[in-house]
Amino acid sequence: MIKRLQQIAQWFDDRLHLTKLFESTAGHHVPKSSGSWFYVFGSGTLLCLMLQLVTGTCLAFVYVPSADEAYLTLEYLTYQQPLGWFLRALHYWGSNFMVGIMMLHMAQVFLFGAYKYPRELTWITGVLLMFVTLGLAFTGQVMRFDQDAYWGLGIGTAIMGRVPIIGSDLVHLMLAGPIIAGETLSRFFTLHVFILPGTILALIGVHLRLVLAKGINEYPKPGVVVKRETYDQEYEAIIKKEGVPFVPAAISKDLVFSALVMFAIFTCAAVFGPKGPKGFPDPTYIQTAPQPDFFFLWVYSVAALLPPYTETFVLLVGPVVATLALFALPFISNTGEKSARKRPIAVLTVVVSLLALSLLTWAGIRSPWSPEMTAWTSDSTPAAFLKGRSPLELQGALVLQYKQCRNCHSLDGIGGERGPDLSRIATRLTRDQLIRQVIQGGGNMPAYGKNLSPAEVEALVAFMLTLHPSNVPPVRDSTIPAQAAL
Amino acid sequence: MKPKSPSTPTKPCACEGTSRRGFFFKLGIGINVVAGSLLAVPIIGYVFSSFRRQAPGQWIPLGALDQFPAGTTRLATYRNPITRPWDGKTGDIPCWVRSMEGGKFQVFAINCAHLGCPVRWFEQSRLFLCPCHGGAYYEDGSRASGPPPRGLFEYEYKVEEGKLLVKGGFIPTLAQPLSKS
Repeated sequence: MIKRLQQIAQWFDDRLHLTKLFESTAGHHVPKSSGSWFYVFGSGTLLCLMLQLVTGTCLAFVYVPSADEAYLTLEYLTYQQPLGWFLRALHYWGSNFMVGIMMLHMAQVFLFGAYKYPRELTWITGVLLMFVTLGLAFTGQVMRFDQDAYWGLGIGTAIMGRVPIIGSDLVHLMLAGPIIAGETLSRFFTLHVFILPGTILALIGVHLRLVLAKGINEYPKPGVVVKRETYDQEYEAIIKKEGVPFVPAAISKDLVFSALVMFAIFTCAAVFGPKGPKGFPDPTYIQTAPQPDFFFLWVYSVAALLPPYTETFVLLVGPVVATLALFALPFISNTGEKSARKRPIAVLTVVVSLLALSLLTWAGIRSPWSPEMTAWTSDSTPAAFLKGRSPLELQGALVLQYKQCRNCHSLDGIGGERGPDLSRIATRLTRDQLIRQVIQGGGNMPAYGKNLSPAEVEALVAFMLTLHPSNVPPVRDSTIPAQAAL
Repeated sequence: MKPKSPSTPTKPCACEGTSRRGFFFKLGIGINVVAGSLLAVPIIGYVFSSFRRQAPGQWIPLGALDQFPAGTTRLATYRNPITRPWDGKTGDIPCWVRSMEGGKFQVFAINCAHLGCPVRWFEQSRLFLCPCHGGAYYEDGSRASGPPPRGLFEYEYKVEEGKLLVKGGFIPTLAQPLSKS
């Protein structure tokens, strides 16, 4: 019986050459040192992609990419289709994990010098894969066709519109028409479901082909230097001396990590559920404050924090420079030390990039630059700021509330954070400085000269002059002798 | 059981030179290039047809004049002149109409000049504020503060038969602002 089965297996192997295929792919020999916990992120990213393909295909059974109906199908998926909410959650969390693990993979490859000779193309295809993945993340955000998606497209449109000369052509190409509408969604659907997944699979083919052809990077040792003349022989010697087949000798940690990733995605999906949809994409409903998904929050922060005159330049030239730098990296640093222990600048680059991205993302979550649009009606003036005030000062407190000052200025930490907190304003500005600031604006504040009567300014400033702690006196104007003498 | 394929002797490529095979190889490639280009023309033309569909602004009615009493700034909406039947609500575009004394108007696009978010009007402080990055504009649409590089995009308008009309039909950007601005 067993003999018969073996014969059948052999017959198939003879036709399909499976053993040969295995030996040259999954069973290819890798340095034993590469069976490390640091080498699990590539396969983790691939696993996420597989999950995205499966869940994405499932969602496409129900989703209708029409500007009129997409939102309805999203609601149907979330509330009526059995397990639809869970599939949406898996797809959403899968994308978060994919972007996150991909970035870990990139940092590891960079720190281990794996992009150096002879793996330049492996790195370059990896960079391309990163762009396609981010493209999938952005277009996926549009698939969740709600208010965030609509105004997110508006932000994309505004950035495209800053490109010199061909700006308006690019806008029309991106939107597939003069406004954000049905054909825009179809266009992004095609990108998200056909073009980008096709591209990513093709690129992964090349990426893995290169891993097979040029070998996986050996675990770098400090002091062992890559030289173009000798590296290939050295690598061959390593494989001969301590080479093991990837399957089954070096894959175990990948398997453990992949399983953990799947558990994590399952848990996040089950506990936190899907994101949105946040509100019907009706542009005439303007009481909305759009925010991108977390992987693009840092861009949102950059757009808010840059000085306006540098913005177009940075938004358009920045990505080009960054892309060129990523492509040039394996040629600039083609040989030499691989170990992170001997490459302080590489470590610093990763630390600084990680810090910058995290802080910008954190800033994007808080977005202190956004006015608090409802603060003037929803946040009352704290009682402590009204006790023992004169009628004029109380009138000023009313002006402060009624003229929407609170949308940008907080009192006692409550309210907008676009401008400074006014709780101790009298310790910083004199009466004359306050009047000037209110009437003329400046330093990112609009001028209120035309919108406030002299009486209102008088009351407002009188109120603000009372805003200081009882143990800290208000600031004095040293140029006025009478006051200075006080 | 085990078919042993006879090892075929590898012949040198016959695609060079002036042999019959070489001619056919070149002819084969040549006619494929021609046929491929022929097919590529309509495909590329289809994909990039949005370039040709760019319409300059059209006159769009916003409503009767009595909806915009002098001294007010109100939200108005219009149906975009170019829409598809499946556009749904996305074809409805809002804008701010500022009505001044003497029958004069200013009509502003909803999109902030910074990154296109919808600006909101605050009657009490007479400012337009953007919820995204805090751009602020005065009541006449000029830039007050924040990251916008310019004032609000402004529609060209006219009054006809007691109706207010604006010239528009596309999303305004820095590359293609509305006709007036």
